[in-house]
Amino acid sequence: MSTTAFLTDSTLCIGCKACEVACKEWNGIAEDGLDWTGFSYDNTGAVGHSTWRHVKFVENTPTPGFGGNAADQITWEFSSDVCKHCEVAGCLEACPTGSIIRTEFGGVYVQPDVCNGCSYCVVSCPFGVIQKNEKDGRAFKCTFCYDRQKVGLPPACAKACPTESILFGEIDKLRLHAQERIEQLHSQGMTDAQIYDPTDTSVEGIHAMFLVRGDPRAYNLPPKPEVPTIYLKEGWKSAAIGSGALLAGALLAFATSRRQGAARGNGSGKLRARKRSRR
Amino acid sequence: MSTVPQFPEEEEVERKEGIPDRESESRLLEIRQQAMQHGKVEGLGIRPPGAPFPQASPETGYYGIHMLKQPQWTWQVPLYFFVGGAAGSAAVIGTVADWIGDDYELAKHARWLALGGAVLSGGLLVWDLGRPSRFLNMLRVFKPQSAMSMGAWILTAFANFSAAASFADLVGEKFGRSLPVRLIGGAGKLGSALFGMPFHNYTGVLIGATAIPVWNKKIHTLPRHFGMSGVQAGVSILELMGHGDSRALNLLGVLSSGYETWEGFLIEREKDPAVEPLKHGTSGWMTRAGGLLSGPIPLALRTLGWGSPRMRRMASYSGILGSVLTRYAWMYAGRASARDWRLPLEVEDRQTKPQPIPENVPKKFRAAS
Repeated sequence: MSTTAFLTDSTLCIGCKACEVACKEWNGIAEDGLDWTGFSYDNTGAVGHSTWRHVKFVENTPTPGFGGNAADQITWEFSSDVCKHCEVAGCLEACPTGSIIRTEFGGVYVQPDVCNGCSYCVVSCPFGVIQKNEKDGRAFKCTFCYDRQKVGLPPACAKACPTESILFGEIDKLRLHAQERIEQLHSQGMTDAQIYDPTDTSVEGIHAMFLVRGDPRAYNLPPKPEVPTIYLKEGWKSAAIGSGALLAGALLAFATSRRQGAARGNGSGKLRARKRSRR
Repeated sequence: MSTVPQFPEEEEVERKEGIPDRESESRLLEIRQQAMQHGKVEGLGIRPPGAPFPQASPETGYYGIHMLKQPQWTWQVPLYFFVGGAAGSAAVIGTVADWIGDDYELAKHARWLALGGAVLSGGLLVWDLGRPSRFLNMLRVFKPQSAMSMGAWILTAFANFSAAASFADLVGEKFGRSLPVRLIGGAGKLGSALFGMPFHNYTGVLIGATAIPVWNKKIHTLPRHFGMSGVQAGVSILELMGHGDSRALNLLGVLSSGYETWEGFLIEREKDPAVEPLKHGTSGWMTRAGGLLSGPIPLALRTLGWGSPRMRRMASYSGILGSVLTRYAWMYAGRASARDWRLPLEVEDRQTKPQPIPENVPKKFRAAS
């Protein structure tokens, strides 16, 4: 089995949300309210337990070459967000039941029949993707269409994307393709186009890469996502010092108070109590 | 045009793994066709009333919608941090009181506190689970890289050793301390002290090793902070259980409240923006109140009122309240920290705020301050 990946190209996205619809339909995800956010045409807000694909609408001041129909109006960038399927995944490392696994396609998959809803993965995801469905009790996120991949089909979102903004394929080929695409865009004058794939952090790269224009932070993509396991060493060290302090403190306290208690003869009620119970 | 797809009701999210067939595949192509035909807006843009609308930018983030998810733990978890901290330290205190301090009565009560706390801890943790019936799934793997997995194993071992120690106490009092009873008791005391040590402060590692900025920024002191808060609680509960005259407990109370005072000072001195929730807003006031109640106040009551039982009782109450409050404060701080959209995006300017959000925007999309 080869490792597969997504490359979501925001320069090709038209913001039609077909990926959101296809994802919801294929995976049978419940409806989660129809609210207006007031943020462009994004009325979903963020990925979560009931939204596994989410199209971001990044509005900019009028910029030549960006999407938009009139020169003096704001311009648009769309980017379809999804679980990043990290190379070193915070949720997978944190899961205490072994419910979250790495599939043979390199994706990160939550086994719904094992998850007991401890919600530790929720705070361990550096991208804020996985979330517990409070009604259902378990955590959910993009499955990378594990069920479809097993029979050799592309994920539903990639299949439904009308502009091939969501590319799906082998990760090495996609990384090469991303480089070519960047060179092509740069030669067309879009010098701010870049790939978001944090390989230089403890996440060590993602299986759902994004091609965005401008600063990834405008797309809510963190510059330095870190896997929380990097903090463990310092944490356990601190815990060991604390435990040592407790033991030392208790030894000190009881050793000194015994001497004082003995010096006071049987003045201490505790000693008498002890003798009584031994009898 | 095709019919509007029917989404399942909120409750029925149970779903079998999908098996792609011709129907499902043609439906996906239909969505694609529909998007191709209608997904593109042909008309020119207009400036509707209420414009300009918020914009996304590197400085203001994605409309100030926070990227990180807030901790979804409910009220049981901070309470568990408190109970676990008290139980773990009580076990250590109990064993040391027995073997070094020669204070059998105190040791017995400490063991009861440890066992009761362990049982209550387990109950609270199971209660918090989304699927409580699956709590045993925690024990199907042993994962050193997951603090939660380690915690589940530590709690299991701690509860069993504590039960053994208290069982030996009970049998010993009723039927005499024969060799097997003493062996079980000894193993229980040793084990519960050994596992009580990580149990009383691992919760600091648990929340420290996460993506929540305020928690992972403080990982180097959190376990000690939580541990000392637990010692404070354990000592205070034991004093109220009738050991208000124990000098050793008072000394431990002075030490732990001294440490908590120092920790509060460190938090106040911290300049890092990630630590802001510990100083501002609801979580900030909770942290301060918890810090005062478990730091300076009991420290003063214990040292100034060294011989006064009334002062010590007040110190005990203050310590217990402070320890509970501290755990809830950290949980609230974690939520506030996750809502701070600037932190993961490394937006340095603390004054930047996303553009004002229209009045009618639902609360769940509103950014934190």
